[in-house]
Amino acid sequence: MGGCLTSDAADMKYDRGVLNDMSAAVAELRHVSKRFGDVEAARDLNLSVASGEFLSFLGPSGCGKTTALRMLAGFETPSEGEVLIDGQVVNTLEPFRRPVNMVFQSYALFPHLSVFDNVAYGLRQRRPRLSRAEIAEKVSRTLEVVRLGDFGARRIWEMSGGQQQRVALARAIVNEPKLLLLDEPLAALDRKLRKAMQIELQDLQRQLGITFILVTHDQEEALSLSDRICVMRNGRIVQIGTPRELYDAPASRYVADFVGSSNFLEGRIGRITGARADFTGVSRHSFSGQAGPGIEEGATGTLSLRPEQINISRSQLDGGHPVTVQNRIFLGEHTEYVVRHDEIGTFIVLASRRAEDREPPLDAGTQAYIAWNPDAALILRAD
Amino acid sequence: MTQRARNWLLIAPSGALLLVMLVLPLSFVFVFSFGERGPSGGYVPAFTLEQYANLPARWTAFKNTLILAPLGTLAALLIAYPLAYQLAVRTDPKWKTLLLVLVIVPFWTSILIRSYAWIYILGGQGLPALLGSIGIENVRLIYTPFAVTIGIIYGYLPLMVFPIYVALDRLDMRLLEASGDLGARPMTTFLRVTLPLSVPGVATGCMLVFILLMGEFLIPALLGGGKVFFVGNALVDLFLQSRNWAYGSAVAFTLIVIMLITVTIYMRLIARLQTGREDVAVM
Repeated sequence: MGGCLTSDAADMKYDRGVLNDMSAAVAELRHVSKRFGDVEAARDLNLSVASGEFLSFLGPSGCGKTTALRMLAGFETPSEGEVLIDGQVVNTLEPFRRPVNMVFQSYALFPHLSVFDNVAYGLRQRRPRLSRAEIAEKVSRTLEVVRLGDFGARRIWEMSGGQQQRVALARAIVNEPKLLLLDEPLAALDRKLRKAMQIELQDLQRQLGITFILVTHDQEEALSLSDRICVMRNGRIVQIGTPRELYDAPASRYVADFVGSSNFLEGRIGRITGARADFTGVSRHSFSGQAGPGIEEGATGTLSLRPEQINISRSQLDGGHPVTVQNRIFLGEHTEYVVRHDEIGTFIVLASRRAEDREPPLDAGTQAYIAWNPDAALILRAD
Repeated sequence: MTQRARNWLLIAPSGALLLVMLVLPLSFVFVFSFGERGPSGGYVPAFTLEQYANLPARWTAFKNTLILAPLGTLAALLIAYPLAYQLAVRTDPKWKTLLLVLVIVPFWTSILIRSYAWIYILGGQGLPALLGSIGIENVRLIYTPFAVTIGIIYGYLPLMVFPIYVALDRLDMRLLEASGDLGARPMTTFLRVTLPLSVPGVATGCMLVFILLMGEFLIPALLGGGKVFFVGNALVDLFLQSRNWAYGSAVAFTLIVIMLITVTIYMRLIARLQTGREDVAVM
């Protein structure tokens, strides 16, 4: 299995075998917990990051994702468990001894040094020393990679936010770390620049073959960049999987809500037969759907339904529910409807532009029907 | 009222104060320095360079000032920096205020009384007696340059601690983490990040202490006991005792010129050290 460890990230993305191969792990967390006084910032984290992988920690602020990252960087020592880098326990190894580099949220560039000197900083710490020429060569090559070739002599405060971001990246990757840690690196950029930098980040990761671990609270960012996403909540990992797995098979309502958007119906879980389960909503309506992991018959649960999985039509659909269109929002490639069922409640429905070829858009106030394939409904445990 | 008029109005009080309390007296000093001493002291108008020609007679005072003021500044810096560093970087924020107040507590007592205390500590009954009891005999501390330096450090330490503390307190701790992350050992991080970024504070502290030290007279008078004389003491002597205003003015004016030159050179050096920095703030 080690044989398929190629530098081709595109192949690796779909080869789950490689991702799960423990021997290829660059970084590992084993039962890691971290307490700050009475606050438990991270609890029993278990994770293995494969070489060349792009992994994201996703969660709201305070979920422990930054703490996890800082333990990998060496800024925090775990209270319990083991942090491994390259197969070695590094719990108490100082940051300056780790083959790991970090891109800080606010970049943390040295204000008293030029762009060149910022990027050269890590190289100048190497022992045995690198020659002046070697350093100059590596720095200018890296500045080329981040498209800042002519900016070496500039001062940090002369650079725009996006440029500073690239200096921060260059300062880290010039050291060719085993692991690149990125702490919300794009949070300070405006939307358009953020999009452009996301593409650059992904290209860079493929080009360099360095393992990236990204911390973000932006689900879109995590979905578009990562090979795998580690969703966190209250210091715990709630689910790890590829973006597709998390989107199609969220393990809990929390994940379904955090990764993409969803309609949720509260209710009670009925009979479970294999991969299927029955569900009775608080409105007493019964539904059938895919059984999510860890659900129990008779327990309270949630039915999750992605907006794009719901069909909407003026005419009655097979197994359709009558609704009133309350609002229509034009989103370009999609049209979003807010519809209301008198008993079940409100749904968000996403209709593609294609569907409008068959039927013109529905106006607010229109009576319509909604329906969905039972496989699209996920029955999840309450969390 | 126009913006211009408002600006003038805002600086008028301080401007008037500076004119009456600084520019005018300085002009008098300048003019007096070319005059002569009256028969019973004071000043008689004249135009002579005699006072300036006599300056070498006060060479010792100049020499002491020019040696001990920079030395005292340096000594205060070496003691203040680690203290400020500990306070700003290493101390739990909840203790910071209390510890900072402790730094200025000595200021609540007059410098005269505090310096008197040192006379006893360094005098025959104090430290030398203690040293004598463990076999180190005949150590003379009081009325030496050492005593004056101790007094200077003690008196001026808070003035040095505060600007450095402010500079270090503003330091972004993530820069120190970034340095460590890039492979720098703690000592390298200090020398290449912390120290350069605290230069503005160090510069301000040194400037404050140095300028005040150049005019110091109380500490040398008390702890130098007439043996370690500063220019300040010479001025007290010339203006208050021998009432030679013309000669005193020449000495005072010379001191001002020396100060202007040294401070200008110093500012240039600091500015060069900070080339290109946006936040150059020496004073």
